[in-house]
Amino acid sequence: MSKYSEILFRPVFKENPIALQMLGICSALAVTSKLYPTLIMCVALTVTVSLSNFFISMIRNITPSNIRIIVQMTIISSLVILVDQALKAYDYETSKTLSVFVGLIITNCIVMGRAEAFAMQNPPGVSFLDGFGNGLGYSVILIILGTIRELFGTGTILEYEIFPLVQNGGWYVPNNFFLLPPVSFILIGLIIWALRAWQKDQIEEPEFKMSQNSPEVVPNPPPTPSSKVAS
Amino acid sequence: MPKINKDSTLNITLVGIGLCLLCSAIISFIAIQLRSVQENNVVLDMQKKIVSSAGLEKIYGSVENAMSNIKTLIIDLDKGEIVDINPESYELAKELREDGKYKFLSAEEDVASIKKREKYSKIYIEYKDNEINTLILPVRGYGLWGILYGYLAIEGDFNTVAGLEFYEHKETPGLGAEIDNPKWKALWKGKKIYQENGEVSLKVIKGSVLKSSNNFNYEIDGLSGATLTCNGVSNLIAYWMGNDGFLNFINNLQKIDV
Repeated sequence: MSKYSEILFRPVFKENPIALQMLGICSALAVTSKLYPTLIMCVALTVTVSLSNFFISMIRNITPSNIRIIVQMTIISSLVILVDQALKAYDYETSKTLSVFVGLIITNCIVMGRAEAFAMQNPPGVSFLDGFGNGLGYSVILIILGTIRELFGTGTILEYEIFPLVQNGGWYVPNNFFLLPPVSFILIGLIIWALRAWQKDQIEEPEFKMSQNSPEVVPNPPPTPSSKVAS
Repeated sequence: MPKINKDSTLNITLVGIGLCLLCSAIISFIAIQLRSVQENNVVLDMQKKIVSSAGLEKIYGSVENAMSNIKTLIIDLDKGEIVDINPESYELAKELREDGKYKFLSAEEDVASIKKREKYSKIYIEYKDNEINTLILPVRGYGLWGILYGYLAIEGDFNTVAGLEFYEHKETPGLGAEIDNPKWKALWKGKKIYQENGEVSLKVIKGSVLKSSNNFNYEIDGLSGATLTCNGVSNLIAYWMGNDGFLNFINNLQKIDV
């Protein structure tokens, strides 16, 4: 595998921004109840993160280090405004559905995270690839969520009927729970579980462990904070 | 090329100012380029709602065709007369801000809980063979979480409902937001608004309307889990079809030709 395809595809499964780095979950909950807006959101984020990485990397050598975050934010928010304007002009229906979530790409941790972690140290070409790869990683998870949620929530995929609904004379009773944001949490959890069962090196060292429950050992109770305050 | 000290105050100032100028220039340029397309989208979207409230897009085949048969008018709600104001410049939000162009409603008057009512209203009339075929009226009222904005379409007898369509609301998805459900909206078509004695009787009830019910023509099935939203819909119909709403205008329409 060449260096470039490594940069491009590593974030898709090995270092997925949502499943491993736990970034950008907020929008993954909010916009995935239907597949079509999900796809638009994926495109919007991928464009933003690729181009922001590219431009930030281009000026990395003249960016003063103490205002670098402001510089990054300026570039990112300009790009997001452009994406938002373009969406309002060319896909007004979807832009109404996505409402604030396009604007909130500015605060999506993936964009800022890749700018700070990758684009500030690497030349524009590979930074662009890295951004694009992370956009793909984000998109993969979102598309999985969007497909499952739309299929079970409304019985359709991209508005095309897969399960005929009871209301329309079919057999499927739509599960409205799949249209609510919490279900994304559960699905993301399951995806992470599946991904870590496949790629064992993604499993993190546990920070805490359950202690053995043995009756003989009674540890000295640590002083409670309230007693400290009292003394 | 001499190496620049990128952390010098000069460089910080230059990069900061330069970047901001460049970004704002690009954004302004693109925003101006796209503005006409965006404004067109907003107008089209509103037209779509107006036309679909009366189910006209099916009859005419497209929104544009339907709009070409629709006349936009501004009316004075108190007098019930058409006034000579350019509909293009009319905007509800603006009317409700300008002194003298709205009135505050007292608690008894304010059936739909909207607090203020505009003096002038923008309405739409669809003509067929030079006769009024559909009257499309803007209505609004408080639901559960916020004001429901919509259009009520009435047939040429000024009593039969042709359809109801909300274009803005904040109701709960799956419960109150089912007011957007096409099946529920289809229940409105053909219902009557006024009793013989002129009283507004059209309302959303709890549960389903029985075929045998005396008020079958005046009642709409309630949405389960959305009692307050349904009450809001009933209230807004009662308000806007009453004396304070469009009743004066409708009475005048029956006397004269527009």
